[in-house]
Amino acid sequence: MHELSLIASVFEVLEEKAREHRATRVTAVVLKVGAMSGAVPDLLEAAFASYKKGTLAEGARLEIVVVPVRLRCPDCGGEAVREEADFSCAGCGSRRVEIVEGRDIFVEKIELET
Amino acid sequence: MSTKTITVVRDLLATNKEAAAAIRCELRRRGILGVNLLSSPGSGKTTLLEALADRFRGRFRMAVIEGDIETERDAERIRRKGIPAWQITTGGACHLEARMIGKVIGEVPADIDFLFIENVGNLVCPASYDLGEDLRFVLLSAPEGDDKPAKYPQAFLSADGLILTKADLVPYVPFDPARAAAEALAIKPGLQVFTVSALRGEGLDRLAEFLAEALDRQRSRRA
Repeated sequence: MHELSLIASVFEVLEEKAREHRATRVTAVVLKVGAMSGAVPDLLEAAFASYKKGTLAEGARLEIVVVPVRLRCPDCGGEAVREEADFSCAGCGSRRVEIVEGRDIFVEKIELET
Repeated sequence: MSTKTITVVRDLLATNKEAAAAIRCELRRRGILGVNLLSSPGSGKTTLLEALADRFRGRFRMAVIEGDIETERDAERIRRKGIPAWQITTGGACHLEARMIGKVIGEVPADIDFLFIENVGNLVCPASYDLGEDLRFVLLSAPEGDDKPAKYPQAFLSADGLILTKADLVPYVPFDPARAAAEALAIKPGLQVFTVSALRGEGLDRLAEFLAEALDRQRSRRA
């Protein structure tokens, strides 16, 4: 639901980096989207497509890399990618797992034309 | 003309996280416990705050920041209890962000004990936004069904406590408080679970006591 405000933050980063590198156009953006970030890739793409019109990223393609949820178990020290709707350790069954990856959204890379 | 790829690695919620950290710092400095309430619309956040206002009267001072898409209604309800309240109308946005709280925080009286933030009614998006609170509660009301925690895991995962509201309706709707609690605890072990009826007063003493202890802990860490 809040994908448009996330894309607005993407454009803040694009404008800052374009200025910094004296770029005339942004041609590609790579986002890393955690599977439990709360953002939906399809909606991010739709928001990006409408937001980019008339900006220096007008012709840019958006690449979304979904980052799976990775759990770490403090009881057995194991680390694994979360399968389906489960928050227990795949190794020892402990429920005290911590999420170490898969909750954030990052602008990973930008391709610029200078 | 040349093309180059640059590595950025910028967290899109970094600005929100920074604003939240500043609020947390400010609240702790003032000895105020910040509490963020998340739930679907209509699960009883405002009614719970009205009931807590009655419980706390003469013992603790509280203030409330209300988030809604439109209208001052919730803030007006809280003010009728004699509690200072600020209404943030997001104009369509589905959640509160830390900078919205930051704009109001300066007006919050310094001598209060609790600052409650009632988020926009939505069990999805508010989960992603830290508002600088010390405690986050998710409310789940009996008529919503006990199968919600597994369907909306982010909200429960991000919470410190679960408040099962409208307990007075449990005899009339298919809702098993034990099942709701078990589902939520499977997602977030250690979640504090409260069953309350703001209408009848059931469970409010325990919740009020939990909040009072959390306030004590926060202040003793500061001292």
